[in-house]
Amino acid sequence: MDIQTAVTRVSGTGIPVPGNDIDTDQIIPARYMKVVTFDGLGEYAFHDVRYDEKKTPRAHPFNDPRFAGASVLVVNRNFGCGSSREHAPQALMRWGIRAVVGESFAEIFNGNCTAMGIPAVTLDHDQILAVMAAIERNPKVELSIDLSSGLVTVGDQAYSFTMDSSYRSALVAGSWDSTSVLLSNMDGIAQTAGSLPYIGGF
Amino acid sequence: MSQNLFNRVWDLHKVTTLESGQDQLFIGLHLIHEVTSPQAFQMLQERGLKLLYPNRTFATVDHIVPTADQSRPFKDRLAEEMMQAIEKNTADYGIEFFGLSTDRQGIVHIIGPELGLTQPGMTIACGDSHTSTHGAFGAIAFGIGTSQIRDVLATQTLAFNRPKVRKINVTGTLKPGVFAKDIILRIIADLGVNGGIGYAYEYNGEAIHRLSMEERMTICNMSIEGGARAGYVNPDRITFDYLRGRPYAPQGEAFDRAISWWADLASKADAEYDDVYELDASTLSPMVTWGINPGQAIGVDARVPTLAQLPEDQREVAEKAYAHMDFKGNEPMEGKKIDVAFLGSCTNGRISDLREAAKVLAGHKVAQHVRAFVVPGSKQVARQAEAEGLDTIFREAGFEWRGAGCSMCLAMNPDKLNNRELCASSSNRNFIGRQGSPTGRTLLMSPAMVAAAAIEGRIVDIRESTN
Repeated sequence: MDIQTAVTRVSGTGIPVPGNDIDTDQIIPARYMKVVTFDGLGEYAFHDVRYDEKKTPRAHPFNDPRFAGASVLVVNRNFGCGSSREHAPQALMRWGIRAVVGESFAEIFNGNCTAMGIPAVTLDHDQILAVMAAIERNPKVELSIDLSSGLVTVGDQAYSFTMDSSYRSALVAGSWDSTSVLLSNMDGIAQTAGSLPYIGGF
Repeated sequence: MSQNLFNRVWDLHKVTTLESGQDQLFIGLHLIHEVTSPQAFQMLQERGLKLLYPNRTFATVDHIVPTADQSRPFKDRLAEEMMQAIEKNTADYGIEFFGLSTDRQGIVHIIGPELGLTQPGMTIACGDSHTSTHGAFGAIAFGIGTSQIRDVLATQTLAFNRPKVRKINVTGTLKPGVFAKDIILRIIADLGVNGGIGYAYEYNGEAIHRLSMEERMTICNMSIEGGARAGYVNPDRITFDYLRGRPYAPQGEAFDRAISWWADLASKADAEYDDVYELDASTLSPMVTWGINPGQAIGVDARVPTLAQLPEDQREVAEKAYAHMDFKGNEPMEGKKIDVAFLGSCTNGRISDLREAAKVLAGHKVAQHVRAFVVPGSKQVARQAEAEGLDTIFREAGFEWRGAGCSMCLAMNPDKLNNRELCASSSNRNFIGRQGSPTGRTLLMSPAMVAAAAIEGRIVDIRESTN
């Protein structure tokens, strides 16, 4: 029962979370990872930047009613740096995020997004600022990320994005959930294992 | 021109190139812990998949274990639940588990090497970003997410993109009071927290090859803080001597055969790289972070940079850092009053780290206002330290001597900062909230610098301290 859904296009309203080097401890504080399932993580996304010590909501895009229901997260440079915790993209996904557009992403975060079927695509700095500004001007503007054409569209403005080509292929082919693809090559796995001297204890 | 170690080891483990363009990479050693693995086992069960190579996965517990009272059930119900999940999963799937009841439990990146599980020429994956630590042995080692843990459990392989390789050539000799931690903090400060994206770092040069295995692990450990998912050191005599006789290392004649394979994998003088970065170790001072990411680090004798001194693209994060830390540009770091001193973590929780700290502490007392504790990286480290009497030195100085675990590096356990406390820490991340208080503040530095700060109650330059 592998999930094999092609991800070719994501569309919806956007939510800008400006700032460079936003780490996974900010996206999901470690104390909320004391769980054995990912269910329910959505409410803790960005928890400590959204709420002060007394649980009073702060000004943060994830608390802003204008961006409620958004599915495209727009960020700056090195988003998702730090820990490998898949809990970070899981929390974002369970909050409602289906695609991320940013200047750059930390590698493990990017790989985790892909493994969950969430495209993470990059635009340059000025383009990101323009996209963020467009959402701020009109939070209801529709964004779309089209993996076939390679375009991020915001209203009637289109930007061509960059993305690792293998991530793109895996999403478009619906093989982003890689287990079944990897499993289909059992002979190759056994062969490689057999060729490594340490597997047999030298 | 010849292939560097990274590309050779990659090719040896490459099963095939997938249609997506990614390589299917065989994983020689898979390590798991309690935080990132339960959902992966759940996914296996939902799909009716089995564990393909049960004897190539090893488990321990580190993130959530309390370091003061380890009696079961844990007082924290959620921690106890996670503990029971890994106990059940490892039993159900026949995975060797170094739990709290064994004498081999500890931080996953400390026990892998000390048991001899980590070896040159392997591919090593773990659901933890500091898996890069194991690269110190000349292995390709990287952190993965939970869906990828599922992939390794089910197929012993991963779909992965081959990174580029940057050689970081460290020449010269470290001055007294300057350590491996200072080398890696300097590299991250120079190349940036995102400078390593798309790269594996090969740490090379005379200054690296003079380091002990434990010091090399400290450097490789923090590769990820510079954005490099993997970092490694070519194996040499020091690597082989470290591994000889370890329980899971090859024994007897097999060990000699292993050495010839390992030695041959090391990058040769004419090896090819995508990039090279040079650093002169003799120019380094003890480093300390002033901000909210590990790249915001300066020599302890330098001043917090002003906005004008920083490149434009670093100013936004610097402003956040000034606000969170309550520091200003042009302030000295020396003299900052600390509240907490933390020694431990997968970066600096090994026996040599405890020895360096104990050397500084011997005959001194922790300042009255400082809460200080030391958390050995593993039970074996703890036992060794106790055999050498280090625990007595720590206790007499006023440090609490704790049980093995991740402790206040990430505060998923009872060890946490309170409110705005300022902590001198031998760990790896100074992110906002990292040490358990959303307003808490972390200063990263070497274990010796943490010890000196604990005594004085403020940040001091270890080179000028009375020791």
